[in-house]
Amino acid sequence: MRNSTKLLILLAFSLVFCGLYLFQGLNGSYDYALPRRAIKVVAMILTGVAVAYSTVIFQTITHNRILTPSIMGLDSLYILLQTVLIFFFGSTSFVLINQQFNFMLSVGAMILFALLLYHFLFGKGNRPIYFLLLVGIIVGTFFGSISTFLQVMIDPNEFLRVQDKMFASFNNINGDLVWWALSILVITLIIGWRYINELDVLSLGRDTAINLGVPYQSVVKIMLILSAVLIAVSTALVGPITFFGLIVANLSYQFFNTFKHSVLIAGAALMSVIALVGGQWMVERLFSFSTTLSVIINFVGGMYFIYLLLKESRSS
Amino acid sequence: MIQVREITKFYGKKAVVEKVSVNIHRGKITSFIGPNGAGKSTLLSMVSRLMDADTGEVLLDKSKVKNMKSNDFAKRVAILKQSNFMNVKLTIRELVSFGRFPHCKGRLHEEDERMVDQALEYMGLIDMQEAYLDELSGGQRQRAFIAMTIAQDTDYILLDEPLNNLDMKHSVQIMKILRQLVDDLGKTVVIVLHDINFASVYSDRIVALKNGKVVKDGVTNDIITSDSLREIYDMEIPIQQMKDCRICVYFNS
Repeated sequence: MRNSTKLLILLAFSLVFCGLYLFQGLNGSYDYALPRRAIKVVAMILTGVAVAYSTVIFQTITHNRILTPSIMGLDSLYILLQTVLIFFFGSTSFVLINQQFNFMLSVGAMILFALLLYHFLFGKGNRPIYFLLLVGIIVGTFFGSISTFLQVMIDPNEFLRVQDKMFASFNNINGDLVWWALSILVITLIIGWRYINELDVLSLGRDTAINLGVPYQSVVKIMLILSAVLIAVSTALVGPITFFGLIVANLSYQFFNTFKHSVLIAGAALMSVIALVGGQWMVERLFSFSTTLSVIINFVGGMYFIYLLLKESRSS
Repeated sequence: MIQVREITKFYGKKAVVEKVSVNIHRGKITSFIGPNGAGKSTLLSMVSRLMDADTGEVLLDKSKVKNMKSNDFAKRVAILKQSNFMNVKLTIRELVSFGRFPHCKGRLHEEDERMVDQALEYMGLIDMQEAYLDELSGGQRQRAFIAMTIAQDTDYILLDEPLNNLDMKHSVQIMKILRQLVDDLGKTVVIVLHDINFASVYSDRIVALKNGKVVKDGVTNDIITSDSLREIYDMEIPIQQMKDCRICVYFNS
């Protein structure tokens, strides 16, 4: 089967699930239910695209297929930020009630953190990229420890609010935020599109990429910033969900078996739309909210991850 | 001509390449030889901007490499390192097509396809162009990578120990192809070699390094003498003339 056919099939599936989610059981509630469902669908599509895209580019520049951008510590920073806000200002304060302010603050903090990290690490000379990952893990763990420390001391009722933020959820999404997130996503995709062929070359390794005239250092930096922005936006919108990217990226590599990032990224993005919209449809209509989407994703994703590890260890 | 001027590289406090100045002449094969740890690969990496020099500069046809755009440099100089690990599944043809990237940015035109065909033909890979790289033997894979640098169509081709892990037949085959590239197409080849006999038989000029410094630099016949080799390798190496080849008999010295 040709790759364009495969992409069309995936596109058809994602349209079917979007249609199902939007119109199944609507009972003529066009004014009330439809706009609400539409907002959710847009949120799921943009989260899916952001997570898939950022994971594929992150794995390409690190030459590692079992990493996700969460290793940079961005979602730990998000949870720390929310914990600190609730700890110091309380869950009824302006910073938590006003979702737009909270969104901007979270996105800003995560992007600023990523830029600072890159600046310190790439400021002088050619540090290997693994150095960046190590620092990311250490800083992420540090953020996680502070969060846990604060969560232990916090009022139990307030802790429930923190817990809400710790898991991705599509159930209460603010309509205005979706448009903000969407515009950031579109800008990132437009910038990213110009580098799509450079990514193919980067997957051949640093030396070959430099030999072929790719300005390695600056392209890697731009790609890291793009993936940080995407992760920041999707995390601030629905919560930490980067583990999901690992699944769709690897499914895409297996399904398409090509080095072309235009195909790989489109495939991964479509697969995540199918998984998110289809999964949410099942959660809402089949399980009638008795479980959450992130539980299903982590369950299925965890099994796939174990399969990947077993497969890799067998082949080497 | 590539001019290397007073180039230095430190690993920690140790200078692995120290104030090296070398000229690489157009239309010749220049071999870098020397004992392990002499700084040959480091020097080649700095010339090809895979590594930044701590001090000194490299000039390509009189303009500073540091100020050149990465893509412009890639149209004039190709570099092939020893290890080419990849976790991407590629066919030989796809790999060789990547050699056209500096020229076409990933969208291959007719002209590019022709260059890819030529490079495959040159390395004798036409019949197996659809084979995947991970199914190939070491020699075939090395040839595929060299074909990529040929498709890149640069004036200068730099190779870091291309004969590593190859048997005699494939080594000779690759050296003959490099010789052809220089004689037929007017390319300039710089090559890091371990086997001094390959350097002696195939290269026009030899640069010998030792402890990060150039100890000898000249035409092949001036370097392949017992006196020079003693200085480079600290070994007594008798030299036998066989027809017009000078062979270093170092096995029992």
